[in-house]
Amino acid sequence: MKAVWKKWIVAGIAALLTVGLLWAAQRLVMPKYQSSSIEGSLTEEYYRETLNHDVLFIGDCEVFSNFSPMTLYREYGIASYIRGSAQQLVWQSYALLEDALVTDSPSVVVFNVLALKYGEPQSEAYNRMTIDGMRWGKAKIDAIQSSMTDGEEAITYVFPLLRFHDRWSELTVEDFRCFFEKEPVSFSGYLLRTEVRPVTQTPTPAPLTDPHLPQTSMEWLEKLYTLCESHGIELVLVKSPSIVPHWYDEWDADIVAFANSHGIWYTNTIAQNDEIGIDYETDTCDMGQHLNVAGAEKLSSWFGAELLRRYDLPDRRTDDAYTAVWTEQIEQYERAKATE
Amino acid sequence: MDTLLEILSELRPDVDFAAEDRLVERGLLGSFDVVMLVTRIEEEFDVVIPARLITPETFRSAEALYSVIQTLSEED
Amino acid sequence: MLFTSWGFALLIAVLIPLYYAVPQKCKTAVLLLANLVFYAFAGVFALLLLLGTAASVYCFARWIGWLWTQQKDSLAAHREDWDKAQKKSFRERMEKKRRLALALCLVLHFGILFGMKYGAGIVGLANGLFGTTWDGTKIVLFMGCSFYTFSAMGYVIDVQRGKYPAERNPFRVLLFTSFFPILVQGPISRFDRLGETLFAPHRFSRENLEAGLLRVLWGYWKKLIVADRLLVAVKQLIRYPETYNGAFVFLGMLLYAATLYADFTGGIDITIGIGRMLGIRIDENFIRPYFSKSIGEYWRRWHITLGAWFKEYLYYPISVSKPLRRLTKAARKLGDGFARRLPVYIATFAVWAVTGMWHGNSWNFLVWGLSNGVILLASEELSPLYARFHGRFRGWKDAWAYRAFTVIRTVLLLSCLRMFDCYATVPETLRAFGSMFTVWNLPMLWNGGIASLGLSFGDWIAAGVGVVLMFAVSLQQRPALLTPRFLQKPLAVRLAVYGTLLITILVLGYYGFGFDAGQFIYNRF
Repeated sequence: MKAVWKKWIVAGIAALLTVGLLWAAQRLVMPKYQSSSIEGSLTEEYYRETLNHDVLFIGDCEVFSNFSPMTLYREYGIASYIRGSAQQLVWQSYALLEDALVTDSPSVVVFNVLALKYGEPQSEAYNRMTIDGMRWGKAKIDAIQSSMTDGEEAITYVFPLLRFHDRWSELTVEDFRCFFEKEPVSFSGYLLRTEVRPVTQTPTPAPLTDPHLPQTSMEWLEKLYTLCESHGIELVLVKSPSIVPHWYDEWDADIVAFANSHGIWYTNTIAQNDEIGIDYETDTCDMGQHLNVAGAEKLSSWFGAELLRRYDLPDRRTDDAYTAVWTEQIEQYERAKATE
Repeated sequence: MDTLLEILSELRPDVDFAAEDRLVERGLLGSFDVVMLVTRIEEEFDVVIPARLITPETFRSAEALYSVIQTLSEED
Repeated sequence: MLFTSWGFALLIAVLIPLYYAVPQKCKTAVLLLANLVFYAFAGVFALLLLLGTAASVYCFARWIGWLWTQQKDSLAAHREDWDKAQKKSFRERMEKKRRLALALCLVLHFGILFGMKYGAGIVGLANGLFGTTWDGTKIVLFMGCSFYTFSAMGYVIDVQRGKYPAERNPFRVLLFTSFFPILVQGPISRFDRLGETLFAPHRFSRENLEAGLLRVLWGYWKKLIVADRLLVAVKQLIRYPETYNGAFVFLGMLLYAATLYADFTGGIDITIGIGRMLGIRIDENFIRPYFSKSIGEYWRRWHITLGAWFKEYLYYPISVSKPLRRLTKAARKLGDGFARRLPVYIATFAVWAVTGMWHGNSWNFLVWGLSNGVILLASEELSPLYARFHGRFRGWKDAWAYRAFTVIRTVLLLSCLRMFDCYATVPETLRAFGSMFTVWNLPMLWNGGIASLGLSFGDWIAAGVGVVLMFAVSLQQRPALLTPRFLQKPLAVRLAVYGTLLITILVLGYYGFGFDAGQFIYNRF
């Protein structure tokens, strides 16, 4: 009898050891997104947050590059966070919001509309950067199912080792250093960029083959609206300032029609530039695709005022719990601006 | 039996056919040897060995082969 | 369904517990279900063809079996009143009928196989001749069709030969024809041998499970760590034959030898391992083939079941066929030696031509097959010379160095022959082969040559360690398989080995998208 017990114990230890080693291997080979492709860290960085957010941004690079929650807080006392990620598709934005609403209760959600031009899964790499960092739940499962491109396997999201195992021969010091703990890369979801690369030319846009945004995208936008409505959240649609890629009037018309029929606010900031004052000589970091910090602060300053004019948002600058956290973050932000 | 052993050692002088009983298995009789052997046996014993009998079991040993030849000549 | 798919892993993970949980009489049903699930992935038509083949084979075998019973019954009934001549003529009449039935069966099934293999070419030819514009590219060979057709035909031939009676239970024939571990790449199995273990009762045994698991893990190890990785380099070498000359051809030859070995024996290990886990013994298909001392021996140790099939059902029947006998008799005028060699030569070339065609549908494979035949015949003819050589230098034959020499010689020889199934055309192959002796570019290998083959430094290390490990295991497997000895080891050691194999397969295996950091670099969106 004793011998049998001993065997089971040995087998149990061996199984635990194997699983443990596989887990460690998985931790090790997963990209850390600390010094390159840092936007891959954004999704999971959100879970570090301890305070509630009154405004939540969702969308692609046009949210995490162009809006600065620091400005919104400093100038208007708005506590906001950006759940952005590279080429975040609308169903991913939906999933990230659904996921955030488990613990967060914003009163305004701002969605950047650029990604609506994609009605189908696009890139495996961006899927990974957006989804891998999500905590497990219904939202993540839905995001995986609606995002997979050809040849992708759901099991690789459950066990990312199966996706990233090839990195075993390319491991760096960073992979070991960040095995347990990563450094934050963003300021409330904002990726700070200080370089200036002015717009040198404006390419002529190719004619549209289909004058409308894809049907799938619009259906997801409808779902997004319903999700916000059911939580008593105001949905705001925004198109960030950019020169490239071109934002077509036809697409704009689709969004305007949607906003009008649902009675929500949509602002195309490209058309509002006289008020905002983005200067593409000084305010872009990559020739008109994204704004640098100067541009982001200009845009946020304008946008914060507009938000306050339309929605009743509390001033968190008088709330001690908030001031402690935000003051420190703004200090770091200013330091980073000065050193970068 | 002696005739058979003679044919066999003519084919493979290096093998002691009287003693071996795993000729095919050990690779001592290859497929070439088998076909050559069949041709020789048919000449010598005036029998026809059908394909279904050309199996490793038949050519396992000289003895086994001889008993097959005997069965065949009795049948005719 | 591929062995290297998550679906397959899931199938096995569900099948094994289920198989041992259900009562004995349901096990066949469970296996049949697994076969269907497995092969359904090949498409509806492929599945229908498989089921159709099983049904047809069952019917033909029963027909032939019925003819055998008829013969036996009639002979018994007329034991007294028929004389010897009458009995003989009756037997011959029945034999003729059985042959007719067999011929129909063979023509039908090999016809289908041939049609699928050469369909595109035949349609192309017809289009050229009659000016039609049929699309032949849609004709593809269904997965595993060459393997299960051969196994199934072996069964019908055996019944025709009276080796054993036709199986009455159609489900058994279906199970034999569609048994999923052997469906894709063999081994080509015999109904009597596989059936014996396939239809026997199977009770759970820890030993079977462990031995099978070890075999499966080792198979995946070879396939995913060595074969699929080295295949990248091999493909690169073949894709640009003009660039990769001389030393690269030699390198490619060796890499291909390692790749093919790891891939094929790895696959068979998975097959045999899964069979073992189910308590079913599947025939070995390889016995350390790269330790052969001659090409003849190599073909008795590499893809054994295919060689055996051809020998038993093609080579011997041809060499003792009536036309050939007549030819031999006629040739005797030209000398006994010539006459005796004639059937051997004709049968050899016929078998190797077919073997070549079996492996692929281009001229390369025919040339490859026939070259094998030439070498086999040459070494046979030279054997007296060898005997004299060894008579002169006694002791050499058993010397370690001489044995190593013959082994290396054989591996190099067969690797050279295999170039025919690497390169696209026969002239291309000959040119590449020639460049090994005319282009001296050895230093180019390490001056960036090896680095340009699509594998990273880490990949080469992993593959290199893999090859060394395969070699070490092969050495250990003399004189017998390692498994029984391994199972004697303490539990902790065994579990450590399983765990290590699993982890290394998952981490070091060459599968999935591959990580290309550039893909993840943020560009625009």
